[in-house]
Amino acid sequence: MTAKDTNRSAWEQDNQKNTVRVGYWTAAWLVTMALANFGPKLIWGATGWLTVTTIIANLAIGFGMILANKRHLKGLDELHQKVQLEAMGLSLGVGLVVGLSYSNLDVTNVIASDAEISHLVILMGLTYGLAVFLGLRKYR
Amino acid sequence: MKNRLKALRAENNWTQAQLAAELDVSRQTINAIEKGKFDPSLPLAFRTARLFALPIEDIFDDKPM
Repeated sequence: MTAKDTNRSAWEQDNQKNTVRVGYWTAAWLVTMALANFGPKLIWGATGWLTVTTIIANLAIGFGMILANKRHLKGLDELHQKVQLEAMGLSLGVGLVVGLSYSNLDVTNVIASDAEISHLVILMGLTYGLAVFLGLRKYR
Repeated sequence: MKNRLKALRAENNWTQAQLAAELDVSRQTINAIEKGKFDPSLPLAFRTARLFALPIEDIFDDKPM
């Protein structure tokens, strides 16, 4: 038996490619998201077809990002898949429970401001990031 | 789950990274298995057994560490 040398294995290289691919899709999604939001105000004004086109492009690229992420997850090894599954489950649960409570606060006028979807996205992102960090630390 | 992965790896003078490359997993996964923090799936256990040319039960023991 001879062990492979310490160079990156084919599995690691595929993994890295998948990660980079997710990064590109996410960057494209963020750019089109920013264009859809700020384009009408700062660039093209009231040109409706440009706004609709950008929103459709953002939606299409969003689906591409989802597929790239799915591919990335499938390429991970079983420990990292477990960490990701736990983190995604936790962020979904926290998002659902806290999001609906936040919505209740708005609907019942307990809070003065409107409940913003962006706050929910930030909460889910932070929960996911923290859960991945703690999950990876658990198996270190 | 108890296992002899660390001892078998040492017998072959392999690093965790080299064993990870052989089994197509990350070094962190090998480390977690050796420390008993993570139990491998059946396919990974079979791959490990094939790599060391040993029966699975000679590497993994279904008792807590």
